[in-house]
Amino acid sequence: MIPRIYIPGDSGALALGAEKVAKAIASELAERGIEAKIVRNGSRGAYFLEPMVEVATANGRVAYGPVKPSDVKSLFDGGFLTGGHHKRWLGAPDKIPFLAKQTRLTFARCGVTDPLSLESYKKHGGLNGLTNALGLTPAAIVAQVTESGLRGRGGAGFPTGIKWKTVLDTSGDRKYIVCNADEGDSGTFADRMIMEGDPFVLIEGMTIAGIATGATKGFVYVRSEYPHAVAVMNKAVDVARKAGVLGASVMGSPYAFDMEIRVGAGAYVCGEETALLDSLEGKRGMVRAKPPLPAHKGLFGKPTVINNVISLASVPVIMDKGAAYYKDFGMGRSRGTIPIQIAGNVKYAGLFEAAFGMTLGEIVDEIGGGTATGRPVKAVQVGGPLGAYFPRTLFDTPFDYEAFAAKDGLIGHAGIVVFDDTADMLKQARFAMEFCAIESCGKCTPCRIGSTRGVETIDKLAAGIEPEKNLALVTDLCNTMKFGSLCALGGFTPYPVMSSITHFPDDFKPAPVRVAAE
Amino acid sequence: MIMQPASTEITSRTAAIIQELKGLEGPLLPILHGIQEEFGHVPKDALPVIAEALNISRAEVHGVVSFYHDYRSHPAGRHVLKLCQAESCQSMGSDAIAAKLKQLLGIGFHETTRDGSVTLEPVYCLGLCACSPAAMLDGEVIGRLNDEKLDEIVAEVRS
Repeated sequence: MIPRIYIPGDSGALALGAEKVAKAIASELAERGIEAKIVRNGSRGAYFLEPMVEVATANGRVAYGPVKPSDVKSLFDGGFLTGGHHKRWLGAPDKIPFLAKQTRLTFARCGVTDPLSLESYKKHGGLNGLTNALGLTPAAIVAQVTESGLRGRGGAGFPTGIKWKTVLDTSGDRKYIVCNADEGDSGTFADRMIMEGDPFVLIEGMTIAGIATGATKGFVYVRSEYPHAVAVMNKAVDVARKAGVLGASVMGSPYAFDMEIRVGAGAYVCGEETALLDSLEGKRGMVRAKPPLPAHKGLFGKPTVINNVISLASVPVIMDKGAAYYKDFGMGRSRGTIPIQIAGNVKYAGLFEAAFGMTLGEIVDEIGGGTATGRPVKAVQVGGPLGAYFPRTLFDTPFDYEAFAAKDGLIGHAGIVVFDDTADMLKQARFAMEFCAIESCGKCTPCRIGSTRGVETIDKLAAGIEPEKNLALVTDLCNTMKFGSLCALGGFTPYPVMSSITHFPDDFKPAPVRVAAE
Repeated sequence: MIMQPASTEITSRTAAIIQELKGLEGPLLPILHGIQEEFGHVPKDALPVIAEALNISRAEVHGVVSFYHDYRSHPAGRHVLKLCQAESCQSMGSDAIAAKLKQLLGIGFHETTRDGSVTLEPVYCLGLCACSPAAMLDGEVIGRLNDEKLDEIVAEVRS
């Protein structure tokens, strides 16, 4: 048997030198005259171990990491092709604590399989969900997705099944499935990982959505900051089309479904679903007023399902193993699993898929291992640039849509960014306003003007000008933005600002007091 | 000095790109991406050609081009360096990295060095938040930036 070596082609692994490692391994193989197959897999998400190289041995996979190009010679000398010992030896990847503690449903294959091999996909349970769906009526598929309790993983948490049912029940000469892959939130990379590491699961999920709602065309709107994901998705769509998974007859059935990959152009607001639809239509990415809902009048005015990557990529496992299996994970009204992305100043950064319900403290301290700098954790921003900053005192909050809302926060797309005690929360609050000003589409006044006035007022606070008056002004402004904005950009910018003010008041005290306090 | 193509040449090359992509549903963004890929920016002279072909006004085309951060009105340097300035990278010192890089290159954000070697741009998240601070040089990703890696980047763009 020819040895198989897995070297991730995932962007995160590439950013840490995976390409150089791959080249070093290829040239070492050539030099030693060894025949081996190199597979460029996705990442399993343990980025503190990337580039993580794996070899398939008679006793299963053996992982090594983080591998540097300079380690390659000694890896061969130590017999790594048969799992030999080396200082980078990690053993069976499934047994690495960070990975062993996870519940991988959506990410079951990510980092395991060859992303562009449909054979490899099928061997690991791929297309089972679509096969089952083809044996059901559209209404029965929608019922199963509804029953699973799956909610929008993009951040809003709207029940996916209900969205699908609305589109199924709306008549139209043409319907669309739009996948929101405009993953702009800092601290999030789950969409990127799945598109690069297991693109077929997204294709399968979108195809099921098409069959369930009567849509025949799908679009994936990927942000331009993800060139590798765009390349992998394009190749995967080609493979799926050639294999008859996509096309006029999906897997030989009477259903037609095809899809296209579209690239954004650097506008954060296009992650908002209606702005995304305008952008796909070739317009400025301006937020639309609702109603009409996209489910009634969406892309080009046609009934449209618009779902996040992870929502759609979670559908195949639901259709494969059943709604009850998926629903069994989680807590309260948050069912199933959520890929938590642990990022920023944290020791063990990466993607951790788990059932809802872990506390923030468990995630940051136990899984994340505290800060990378070794200093105390000061704040954790959950849910991207529009998410609240949580202090240690709220670390008992369970990861659940409602629990976070109750603490004036949101789980958003489940990215968490850890900050150590050097963080200046006034600066973070200012950045939230500044970011909103840069990215506002300009349609509504609270967002367009409010964000700019917010920056100015926070600057006055920093300069110690009438602190009480200006603090009251920021609070009032946040209230106006929260309730007066058309979409989440203006409406949620108050979350990071107000949470900083509420939980870290010392950082907002006038400069002389702040200096004296240090 | 980067040579600008003459306007008739822009017109014909733009028309060829439009011809190829016009059949798509909502073709404007793909066309603009194609044009930027071809010229390194979206030349002013391309706008009326697009407007005519898609039967929309020049104002509408201009509105779309100016809305999106990606589309340039002028050519960039030979290299484009995008430095992430979003929260995850902030938590790992991206402010200091940006200051150092600006000093090393002698330019600020949205500027190109005088020799045309590199354009520096801020970017708000590259999805590399598990290896912050991060950057992208000509489409290639770089994580866990430090002084040593900055020196390598600067040497590469200057060579």
